[in-house]
Amino acid sequence: MAIELTVNGRTVAVEVDAATPLLDVLRNHLDLKGSRYGCGLEQCGSCMVLIDGKAVYSCAREIGSVSGGSVTTIEGLGTPDAPHLLQRAFLEEQAGQCGYCLSGIIISAKALLDRNPRPSRTEIVEALDRNLCRCGTHTRIIAAVQKAAAMGAPA
Amino acid sequence: MSDTLPLSILNNRRMEKWLRFQPDRTVKLAVGKVEIGQGVLIALSQIAAEELDVGIDRIDILSGDTADAPDEGSTSSSQSIEVSGRSVRLVSAELRTRVLGRLAQRLNCAPEELSVEDGVFFQDGNPTGHDYWSFSGPEDFAAEIEGAVRPKPPSAYKVVGQPVPRRDLIAKVTGAAFIHDMVRPDMLHARVLRQPSREARLEAFDEAAVRKAAGGTIRIVRVGDFVAFVGDDETVVQRAAVGAPAHARWSGVRVLSPVQQEAAWFRDQPSDDRHIGDPGAPSETGAIVSETYSRPFVAHAALAPSCGLAEYRSGHLSVWSHTQGVYPLRNSISDILGLKREQVTVRHAHGAGCYGHNGADDAALDAAIIAMQIPDHCIRVQWRREEEFGFEPISTAHMTRLRAALDENGRPVDWTAEVWAGPHVQRSVFGGNMLAHEALPNKPPAPKSNDPTEANGGGGTRNGFPLYDFGTKRVIHHLALQTPVRTSSLRGLGALPNVFALECFVDELAERAGVDPVAYRLSLLSDQRARLLIENVAGRCGWASRGPAGTGRGLGLAWSRYKNKAAYACVAVELDVDRDIALRRVWCAADAGLVINPDGARNQLEGGIIHAASMTLKEQVTLDGDGITSLDWDSYPIMRFSEVPEIEAVIIDNPDLPTLGMGECTFGPTAAAIGNAVAHALGVRIRDMPLTRERIAAALVRS
Repeated sequence: MAIELTVNGRTVAVEVDAATPLLDVLRNHLDLKGSRYGCGLEQCGSCMVLIDGKAVYSCAREIGSVSGGSVTTIEGLGTPDAPHLLQRAFLEEQAGQCGYCLSGIIISAKALLDRNPRPSRTEIVEALDRNLCRCGTHTRIIAAVQKAAAMGAPA
Repeated sequence: MSDTLPLSILNNRRMEKWLRFQPDRTVKLAVGKVEIGQGVLIALSQIAAEELDVGIDRIDILSGDTADAPDEGSTSSSQSIEVSGRSVRLVSAELRTRVLGRLAQRLNCAPEELSVEDGVFFQDGNPTGHDYWSFSGPEDFAAEIEGAVRPKPPSAYKVVGQPVPRRDLIAKVTGAAFIHDMVRPDMLHARVLRQPSREARLEAFDEAAVRKAAGGTIRIVRVGDFVAFVGDDETVVQRAAVGAPAHARWSGVRVLSPVQQEAAWFRDQPSDDRHIGDPGAPSETGAIVSETYSRPFVAHAALAPSCGLAEYRSGHLSVWSHTQGVYPLRNSISDILGLKREQVTVRHAHGAGCYGHNGADDAALDAAIIAMQIPDHCIRVQWRREEEFGFEPISTAHMTRLRAALDENGRPVDWTAEVWAGPHVQRSVFGGNMLAHEALPNKPPAPKSNDPTEANGGGGTRNGFPLYDFGTKRVIHHLALQTPVRTSSLRGLGALPNVFALECFVDELAERAGVDPVAYRLSLLSDQRARLLIENVAGRCGWASRGPAGTGRGLGLAWSRYKNKAAYACVAVELDVDRDIALRRVWCAADAGLVINPDGARNQLEGGIIHAASMTLKEQVTLDGDGITSLDWDSYPIMRFSEVPEIEAVIIDNPDLPTLGMGECTFGPTAAAIGNAVAHALGVRIRDMPLTRERIAAALVRS
């Protein structure tokens, strides 16, 4: 049975078992590789996507539970040629080392800025605390989110 | 600059191995060092652009490829800029000189009259109508690299020393960027049933039950005790791998004990003992002070479980890996699989930061073994999270006992560091085993314990010798012959535990002598570069107004020169201790000589500080009878956003001094600065990492 959902603004129907993890559907059925496998245990945040505007783990989320929902992945934010404000801010701050955590972190930051366009440092830290970064790029990542907030704020 | 050529050039004397001018007016720069999150590719590109005088955007870098790039061994030990960077500089300068020399002959002018702007040649400022792409030819690439051309003086640098942004990050913040994301024709997904330990034999395996658990079509590959599940649906093969251990019965499984997870366990184990430095026995004259410090087994804990791709087509095996060294991996894979070297190509693809020898090479071998059984497909092996934590080579537990004989002023005149640890490096090229090899019918013997030589910075002895003016110094190294689990290199090897021990002990000696720890250090240190860093950091962190000990707020400082020959770093940490330790601020200064990309270098300093802080405060691999039990991020916690301090890292620029590798220089000083700050906050010393809530409570009870 096909499961229908909206991904990055486009309606798609996928023929998979309803228990298939959303992450597998995104990566292998829809070729959206920006959401990444880190643990499969909802512990590290590498797989985060927006579902109906909220940042959630996709690695253990069954596709059946997302039927009819709206999913946004990192690819839905911007492209190398037309990066989203957050992606631009991360590049300007060079807020990455290996970069594996970044798509999940940018998704968490997107959900934060959508509900709170001028977050304090504490609020940023709180919003990113479900995401792990192993390279120790945290301080730059916080600065990048602050920069994106400032860039997005009305002059 | 040393007269001897860097190893990278000695091993790769052909110019076209390094540089090629491409028809689209770009320059192919091929290097053997690879990107592991440290930003090395942009730094090497800057060096080539600088010496060739082409725009940085024209450099098209290829790294880690046994078919098309030079052999530079492994990307490790903060050697990439020191060795590969120096090589790229010499090679680029030589190629520029060759091409311009021929042009001068053609134009009948002196080479000094010629200049290059973005690859275009000018004579006394006037266009010549020539450039690298139109004028260079096979004759420029014919002769072996001599490495004798003098590169530009640092005062002429325009690109080197600039914070040029990395190019690889764009893909990493927008979509597919990693080996994990590669899609190849005829690709099949695979997972492996891990052999519990090298002695274990698979007695019974219920394939039907595993197929049922998979809930879809899988192929089961068995070679000796190596078992893999392969299919075109990744979800299905993942389910097979998750279900499989319950349907496998092994014999001969090694049984471990939680006692073995502590560094102190090594003290009673058989060891290969070495005595380095002053040949005499430790002095018995004067006051003798001794303390013991330790760090447990720790994991690389890369954010991405390892991944490897391999395909065997028409007698040739192609492998993609996030390995640290494509040539060493090619050699190991071809040896294990009985293929000729030229039958195997290994190409590097980006993975998560590895911080040393993790599961990358092993996942590549997994894929290669399966590919030989299922030719004409690309086999993609993705390790699972518990597989990465449970089976990657981890960093050995390490205990350091320091002993000082003091003069009447409380200053050491005789110094002994005694180290107990397993091997800090067991890459397969140094005699270590690759994981899946131990499950194959041609299983190798157990690897012999080994550690890097002193000339290579040592392993257990790394930073074991203090650079202080301490009189006679010696290191006694007890290299354990056996470890409970496989160990190999992790960022800094023995530097973190040894600098933790040394710099904590120095604080303790200062306290004993009734001298301020910074003043005590400076009174024992004649290295001017080190003194400058300590004074810099002490000034910035408000050391002079450091309060009394035991208030719950602590300020600690430590320094080291990585490997006693690479970059210098000094770190100060301010923290609060209540039940837990909360880091507040960190100040760092580093001296790495000529810095190629200051922003990338600062990124490495900051990352090293957080990584080391995480290890010092939180990390320990735990064991029980079955093996490693810290198999997820709950049982192996690392530092989170809410725990990270503010960091202020500065680089003391020394453009006229040779570049020193800096990826690991903050590691030891951070651990020791935290140790010293905790002691200052509590008024009591904790000498065993990690500095957990339980150890704080125990230390307070003892005091």
